[in-house]
Amino acid sequence: MNAFINTFRIPYIGDGAFRVWQRNGNVWLKFYRPSLVGNLGEPILYLLALGYGLGKFIPDISGIPYIQFIAPGLLVSSTMYSACFECTFGSFTRMTTQRTYDAIIVTPVSIEEVIAGDIFWGATKGAIAGLVILLVATAFGLVGSPWVGLVLPLLMVEGLLFASLSMVMTALAPTYDFFNYFFTIAIAPMFLFSGIFFPLDEFPAWAKTASWFLPLTHLVTITRGLFLGKLHISLLINLSLVIAFTVITFYVSITLVKRRLIK
Amino acid sequence: MDVVVEARNLVKEYNSHRVVKGINFSVCKGECFGFLGPNGAGKTTTMSMIICYTPITKGNVTVFGLDVGRYPKKVKQKIGVIPQETNLDPDLTVFENLMVYARYFNIPKKVARNRVKELLSFVQLSDKRDEVILRLSGGMKRRLLIARSLINDPELIILDEPTIGLDPQARHLIWQKLRQLKAHGTTMVLSTHYMEEAAQLCDRLAIMDQGQIIAEGSPNHLITEFVGTEVIEIRSDGQESNYILDSLKEHQFSFERAADTLFLYSREGGRLVQKIKEVKDERIIYRPATLEDVFLKLTGRELKE
Ligand SMILES: Nc1ncnc2c1ncn2[C@@H]1O[C@H](COP(=O)(O)OP(=O)(O)O)[C@@H](O)[C@H]1O
Ligand SMILES: [Mg+2]
Repeated sequence: MNAFINTFRIPYIGDGAFRVWQRNGNVWLKFYRPSLVGNLGEPILYLLALGYGLGKFIPDISGIPYIQFIAPGLLVSSTMYSACFECTFGSFTRMTTQRTYDAIIVTPVSIEEVIAGDIFWGATKGAIAGLVILLVATAFGLVGSPWVGLVLPLLMVEGLLFASLSMVMTALAPTYDFFNYFFTIAIAPMFLFSGIFFPLDEFPAWAKTASWFLPLTHLVTITRGLFLGKLHISLLINLSLVIAFTVITFYVSITLVKRRLIK
Repeated sequence: MDVVVEARNLVKEYNSHRVVKGINFSVCKGECFGFLGPNGAGKTTTMSMIICYTPITKGNVTVFGLDVGRYPKKVKQKIGVIPQETNLDPDLTVFENLMVYARYFNIPKKVARNRVKELLSFVQLSDKRDEVILRLSGGMKRRLLIARSLINDPELIILDEPTIGLDPQARHLIWQKLRQLKAHGTTMVLSTHYMEEAAQLCDRLAIMDQGQIIAEGSPNHLITEFVGTEVIEIRSDGQESNYILDSLKEHQFSFERAADTLFLYSREGGRLVQKIKEVKDERIIYRPATLEDVFLKLTGRELKE
């Protein structure tokens, strides 16, 4: 019973999490250049190929040129991918082969703080990736409203969400191969069916309902609103759903990793 | 004497499989206390409970009077840990490893920098300061682990098999460093299955087997209590050894047969040897009793895997 309570109680997370975040930051700063190029590369290719290339053949969507339509989605998806890679492959390496977690939890930093610190770091990397795209989109003249400033805190929440979700996968993964399921079954469909590349309005009702369960859908909707300055009260519902999903996944991920490591 | 670590009826179960079976021990200030036992005896598990890594199933452990289950942060702030398997941070250099580790203890940067410098020179790694972990030898990694465990200036360090897998030179250097720490007053709890290590470092030993402490005492005390003072090993088959045993009837000794060897334990080895040489003059080893004899006698000679 005691063990049960220990596993499921609300974790106390103190400054130890920040120490772990700092550790990851130190490592990143050593190799940040290639990392940033990685963040930039793919989304910019999409933006150019699909936005300018394909966009030439596609009529405006609700009065918006295609490239402007897809830019917000490419931004949130690049945050998603970056956070997911960090907290699957990166965290799994630190947790298993490198034994970094083991080394830290015999210091005053607790296991919960280690997991949280790693998630915060994944979120930070996600936010950095998104920020890079935001700067590019601004340079391309694709941003139409000062509301876009709110994208920054939103990216932090999004980063937390996907870092936590990935940490759940890390807790469950027997080997690296397991992450193929995650990226193929969850992340890739999310990338394609969250309204980044085409509006979901024209789809049958069941498909729209299904897309509501994809957290990325809500993030795309909110970000698009902020990019265009078209704000509607319903965005708060989208935001609440994102936050709820983040809190739950964060909690679940800590519980699961703890259960995996503490025997 | 001040008690630094105390365990009472300590039990650990993994999926209701009991691997530590209600053990008791205490470690005094300034002492080097060793767990000696074959693989799977429960040494690592016991030490993991002391360092707040593995939750305790039953019983309790206090470190500096603090219950490890209730005050893990306070306990961990005061101890140094050297794990059985190297877990240095491969993404960082030697210097960075120690600096980043210092931060986990909330040691201010300036203080840490001085401390790291001292520690690197103590473990003779000053010239490897900017090396990546990958390029260190096994012995250097172990020494760096020792430096890392000392970063918070702990009064107690816990070492799990500190020289496992090292060559003799590297091992002796580590022993020398650990003796230096001991002379400086640091309390140590270590586990090992190397007899020489136990004899070199430990004031007191607990011999563990199958989750229990089966004997406890100083190395010398254990030797005199369990095997006497001298050992004679005779390579010999069954029939010949019967004949030899017969010829020693009027002497005080105990014996053990293991495969191709007959072991005689006695306090009057010299006279026994003379007698034996009358019937057999070759392949006799006559030597002082060691911890290894105690260990094998208590934990058995069969392979533990
Ligand atoms: N996480 C674990 N889950 C299940 N059994 C374990 C675990 N860790 C250790 N054991 C078992 O506990 C016993 C004691 O192991 P250990 O403490 O590592 O022994 P030692 O350090 O003396 O070699 C062994 O039988 C081992 O298989
Ligand atoms: Mg062990």
